[in-house]
Amino acid sequence: MTGIVVVSHSRALAEAAADLALQMVRDGAPRIEIAAGIEEPGGGTALGTDAAAISAAIEAAADDQGVVVLMDLGSAILSAQTALEFLDPELEGRVHLTFAPLVEGLVGAVVTAASGADADDVAGQAEIAVEAKRLQLGV
Amino acid sequence: MADALTALTPSDLAAWLRRSSTLLAEHVSALNELDAAIGDADHGSNMKRGFAAVVTALDAEEFADIPALMKKVGMTLVSSVGGASGPLYGTFFLRLGTSQPGATQLDAADLLAALRAGVGGIEQRGKATVGEKTMLDAWAPALDAFEQASTGEDASDLAAAVRAGAEGAEQGREATTPLQASKGRASYLGERSIGHVDPGAASTALLWQALAETVAGQEGSA
Repeated sequence: MTGIVVVSHSRALAEAAADLALQMVRDGAPRIEIAAGIEEPGGGTALGTDAAAISAAIEAAADDQGVVVLMDLGSAILSAQTALEFLDPELEGRVHLTFAPLVEGLVGAVVTAASGADADDVAGQAEIAVEAKRLQLGV
Repeated sequence: MADALTALTPSDLAAWLRRSSTLLAEHVSALNELDAAIGDADHGSNMKRGFAAVVTALDAEEFADIPALMKKVGMTLVSSVGGASGPLYGTFFLRLGTSQPGATQLDAADLLAALRAGVGGIEQRGKATVGEKTMLDAWAPALDAFEQASTGEDASDLAAAVRAGAEGAEQGREATTPLQASKGRASYLGERSIGHVDPGAASTALLWQALAETVAGQEGSA
């Protein structure tokens, strides 16, 4: 099953988004790894992103169907791109960084991954997730 | 005062990073205020945290060569800065190291090549070019001034050349004020980003100041 990585500045935001998405798949949920926030020297986490933690999360989520990475903004994007450099090239080729919005995209990704879709399809469904919202609003 | 350096060993580069950490900590509020004007107000705190982690790593380990040192520095920064400057400065130090395989010291020509490789990493990572109100606007004039001062028949010694580089970085920092940002969070502000110094250019100027002081022997190289 395609693995999913959630990258955010905020651990609380990432965990809550994952909880929300997992409501959609009670059985057979895909593996979701979180790389969010950074460790403070004195303990605790601060807002921020950590490229080494993202590459470790990708490795943990990796599956023969690949990995889809969803992220929030700013340094999350640069850190996710940097994380690819730390991966084995064979794995790197199976990782999709998606421009999908974090919450809507994660719901779309989780549901699609649970159906057994490969990483291309999972990323594709995440990226059109905002379209379902647009149709519901009728705008 | 110690003698000026003519080439940089791993321990000299470690002294540069320690001096950088001190300067960044001294300027934490100023860098946060610059970032508050056009970003998320955390550049000073992020750089202070990242370079404090670098100093902790330097305290814990001896480094046999420059690539080993720079890999540790780069990986520490990408994990501990937290903001966009983490992957940018992290990639800078990683590329600086890999450009000098096996090196145990850098003379002026090596240093120029290593810094240019590092800045190439920033350009690639940030997909930015000069004139977009980023740290590159300090790096580019610094490297040009350093190159001009360190090459040719009337080349200066390393200390004077690095000082010229530091002056170039300061000028580049000041020259970001009238620019409009098109990269990073500041780009959300559009024309409102005009009239402020770019915080990344300001932290780059501090790294150059630290390098100039270290090479001049003002801070020693212990």
